[in-house]
Amino acid sequence: MGFLDINNVTKSYGSVEVLHKVDIQVQEGEFLVLVGPSGCGKSTLLNMIAGLEGITSGEIVIKDRVVNDVQPSKRNIAMVFQSYALYPNMTVGQNITFGLEMQGTPKAERDAAMADVAKLLQIEDLLKRKPGQLSGGQRQRVAMGRALVRDPDVFLFDEPLSNLDAKLRVDMRTEIKKLHQKLGTTIVYVTHDQIEAMTLSTRIAVMYNGYVQQLGTPKEIYDNPANLFVATFMGSPAMNVLPSKLVEMNGALHAQIQGADGQDVHLRIEDAPEAYRAFVGKDVVFGIRPEAITDPEGADRNARNIQALSNLVSVTEPAGADTFVSTTLSGKDCVARMRADADVHPGRPFEFAVNMDKAVLFDPKTENRIA
Amino acid sequence: MAMASSDNAVRSSNFTRALIYLVLILFALFYLLPFGIMLVNSLKPLEEITGGNMIALPQNWTIAPWLSAWSTAQIGVQPTGLRPYFINSIVMAVPAVAISTFVGALNGYVLTKWHFRGATWIFGLLLFSCFIPFQIVLIPMARILGILNISGTAYGLILVHVVYGIGFSTLYFRNYYAVFPTELVRAAQIDGAGFFQIFWRIMLPSSGPIIAVCCIWQFTNIWNDFLFGASFASGGSAPMTVALNNLVNSSTGVREYNVHFAGAIMAAGPTLLVYIVAGRYFVRGLMAGSVKG
Repeated sequence: MGFLDINNVTKSYGSVEVLHKVDIQVQEGEFLVLVGPSGCGKSTLLNMIAGLEGITSGEIVIKDRVVNDVQPSKRNIAMVFQSYALYPNMTVGQNITFGLEMQGTPKAERDAAMADVAKLLQIEDLLKRKPGQLSGGQRQRVAMGRALVRDPDVFLFDEPLSNLDAKLRVDMRTEIKKLHQKLGTTIVYVTHDQIEAMTLSTRIAVMYNGYVQQLGTPKEIYDNPANLFVATFMGSPAMNVLPSKLVEMNGALHAQIQGADGQDVHLRIEDAPEAYRAFVGKDVVFGIRPEAITDPEGADRNARNIQALSNLVSVTEPAGADTFVSTTLSGKDCVARMRADADVHPGRPFEFAVNMDKAVLFDPKTENRIA
Repeated sequence: MAMASSDNAVRSSNFTRALIYLVLILFALFYLLPFGIMLVNSLKPLEEITGGNMIALPQNWTIAPWLSAWSTAQIGVQPTGLRPYFINSIVMAVPAVAISTFVGALNGYVLTKWHFRGATWIFGLLLFSCFIPFQIVLIPMARILGILNISGTAYGLILVHVVYGIGFSTLYFRNYYAVFPTELVRAAQIDGAGFFQIFWRIMLPSSGPIIAVCCIWQFTNIWNDFLFGASFASGGSAPMTVALNNLVNSSTGVREYNVHFAGAIMAAGPTLLVYIVAGRYFVRGLMAGSVKG
């Protein structure tokens, strides 16, 4: 039993089921991020936790209380909306205390709570202004203040940073993380931005087509994606997925892929899991993250199995800190992430170092990871 | 007109500009002419009008026709002037405007933010009521007023105008609230505000422009209505429009054109005033639903 339990929850609109048996247990103080592309059902799930949408089947439990039929205001949750949803006719101060006022908290207590929150978020000098007079970042703070002041059991964030410009988004992201570490509250956070998901969360639920594809810590999701969708959705640039064949040579398993020149290349796999056995001689999908393909000098010193791969460089994209190098493998573009000063040139062959510790294989039929 | 694009790269010459203004001023004068004549003649003694000089300015300025129209002119059989009827119209129009606007706002709020089965149908039917000609409902309405025992009273007229106004006011508010962010309502729900608290505290305070539009529209229609006033109010409870008609048609002796003109301006005054005071909201409010998003 967790602090917030989502037990086999489904949601249907008429005969169309948009969420299928979602089952997530959130512990107290956890930062759960629901991430996925538009229309995956993440916002619907959040609205169901908030009580703004009905639950078709299953139950949602907050602090051992089934809240399926409890009014949003009685669930002791607070929500920050994508558009901030500040009441335009009220001052910042009134916005923050509106919830307390509705609950009948005496004026003196409301003012004290407001002062605390305003101090925490450094918005003390904005309290008399109207939302229309605030900048995007200030509105964001006020929206968080409105949630914080109620001291709820669970905070719900619905894409709170997507209306901010790039720089402010990064700043506010750090701020939310700091706030979470400071207050230790339980947070459910919806985003379509996988970087936000990775940086903020203690656990991530990757959603697609109304299913939770994988639930795990950011590291688990990143290193051991459960299927091709999770592998390609999380990470930027995306994981390289190459058509490949699993072959046995000299008593070891090899992933056989095709170089740019049409010749087969074999990458040796060490400590292969037992499950690989069933795929020997069959087609598989070979997955490798860009940062696992480097120049030989830039390779991870702790890696146990680094395979050399000589191939033609098609494009280099210097991005300041890193240089992204494209090459063609098995007829697909494959991106490598290298040090900025790696000596690579487009149109010339290059000796890539592939960190096979990080390689993963997928079943091309089910798209699930072979492990 | 070229005015809309006066700020583009192709600068029009001063001559073109002068020509445009000249045309505009001529049009404005043309439209103002009838009102000018009414005003001028309402300030003349009757002899000057019957003398055949309607366009000229008064030789002897007088406000006697206005005083007469207001308090002593013959309306039907009573020499009461228009004053009691002016008050009748106020007593009828103000509550009718307030009630129909309020109910329209409530309807719009429910239709957009508390979606229920058949909402589209109900809205469609309300919309349909905007297109029912007044004449069709005269007899059923008379019957209902009779049953309610309020025929011939101000209450009866208020009811008629409220019923007729709800269609339009609902249309206005529904379209305005359709683009009002639903997240605000949801935030208020989470904050613990109930149905009416959200309406009073969140929706209405943000509805200034559309309330102005709705009030102008309703007030103009209700104030200017003649058919319902003539049909459902009698004698002492008649509204201004009916009284004005009676003033002009009371044929005891000479026709006092100057008094008639003064009375007509009085009848038009309140709607004119409403437009001048709240008119800028009118355009703003009409645009709000369509463009702002």
